[in-house]
Amino acid sequence: MIIKTKKAIPSSDITDQAVWEQRRTFIKSAALLGSGIASWHISLNSYAEDITGKALPDVQKTTIGNKLTPTAFKHVTSYNNFYEFGVNKGDPIENSKDFQTRPWTIKVSGECEAPGEIGIEDILAGFTQEERIYRFRCVEAWAMVVPWNGFSLGDLLKRFKPTSKAKYVAFQTLNDPEQMPGQKRNILDWPYREGLTIEEAMHPLTMLSTGLYGVELPNQNGAPVRLVVPWKYGFKSIKSIVGIHFTDTMPYTTWSDMAADEYGFYANVNPDVSHPRWSQKYHRQLGAGVFARKQPTELFNGYADEVASLYSGLDLKKNY
Amino acid sequence: MLQPSPLIISRVLKPLVFFSSLLPFLLLLSAALNDNLGADPIKTLTLETGDLGLYFLLFTLALTPLRNLLGLTWLIRFRRMLGLFAFFYACLHMLIYFVLDQGLILEAMIEDIVERPYITVGFSAFVILLLLAMTSFKAAQRKLGKNWKKLHKSVFVAMALVILHYIWLVKADLLLPLTYLSVYLLLLLGRLPSLSKT
Repeated sequence: MIIKTKKAIPSSDITDQAVWEQRRTFIKSAALLGSGIASWHISLNSYAEDITGKALPDVQKTTIGNKLTPTAFKHVTSYNNFYEFGVNKGDPIENSKDFQTRPWTIKVSGECEAPGEIGIEDILAGFTQEERIYRFRCVEAWAMVVPWNGFSLGDLLKRFKPTSKAKYVAFQTLNDPEQMPGQKRNILDWPYREGLTIEEAMHPLTMLSTGLYGVELPNQNGAPVRLVVPWKYGFKSIKSIVGIHFTDTMPYTTWSDMAADEYGFYANVNPDVSHPRWSQKYHRQLGAGVFARKQPTELFNGYADEVASLYSGLDLKKNY
Repeated sequence: MLQPSPLIISRVLKPLVFFSSLLPFLLLLSAALNDNLGADPIKTLTLETGDLGLYFLLFTLALTPLRNLLGLTWLIRFRRMLGLFAFFYACLHMLIYFVLDQGLILEAMIEDIVERPYITVGFSAFVILLLLAMTSFKAAQRKLGKNWKKLHKSVFVAMALVILHYIWLVKADLLLPLTYLSVYLLLLLGRLPSLSKT
């Protein structure tokens, strides 16, 4: 039996200490340079490690979505479609830092008995702010889970006493190119506008959100107040709302006006209606990593039990 | 004008260009390994490698007009390397899309290629680049003779398809793809004299 013994390493093969240190320094600086360029190029270094922002007082927990696992705060607040602050996902967090959300009022008008205005202080103090954990599905086939804070939109709408002529509700985002640099170019037909049927707007799942993760809405997420309609594609959930209008005709909505074959008025999440550029059968969960598989998308984003009755008799393939 | 010696080109400039071209890949790899690619890493990788492929195609096409403009004939010696890097990043782009994004589900890939025009043109561009990369070596060049040059002119078709791929995939803001289109048209204009000769 042969037992191999280790040969002594000749001294000529041993790297000189000084050379070794030089190499380490070189490798370290190369790595530093590399990671520096990478973080500059991919510009993801603005991550907050923990939840940051002004805490909302007296948030009432609910059981809605308590079985879902929320997406990390850093992902929810750094990956945003908010073209008012730039078209890239990382633009809003960068470009909305100085956005002023006080004073802020929503003007409510149209087919209602008590039109008027409501300030953000009244929105925060006048309604019980709940926590509801909702699935959020973007039309671009990615998704996240967000612990929103806010209340049912219907509770606010009722105060303005919509009449029987109020068949639809139209919403409008702030138009202020000085504060919203994205509006300086005509990428979209500013101001951003969205709409719901009155039944959709009054549905208890439809939320007016003032915060997430227990803190006031970060600017990039639509501060100070936004819509959240969890069974529709994300673009319906309009941000930084300044106007609500009751109307008897289907209102103008920004994306469906721009490309009607791609974005409908209803925009209900539906795996069977394919978008011309994205299959809607699957989505990717944000924060799941490089090797995560796509998840199958459900009709109405998994809220069919609650909302399918709103659309009985409606051909969902035509009214996408 | 500036004329580095053949030795400088092969021993200094070529390795330099090679490693600079590889650097973005190494940076992406390091970012991927450090989970530093953001909320949707697959999308980040797809966009970054797509951009890189496009840049390298533009660099490759810029060499001939630059040579004509500046009289630097030796620039042409970098054309194959830059072209192959364009192919390298296009390959990564495709692999990330097929393996990581589509999870190698064949039906989903076929549906995408057939039904989504921006993917159809992108895939066509890739097929052209694949043919060009496969025939980029000296032996293929000799074997194809006159046809080699004709075949490799199709890089202009590939570039046009790549830009179309970009234009069709953006949702609203056409600024970047139209900028690349302008650069492409400028590069075409820059070589009009040489095109008319052949």
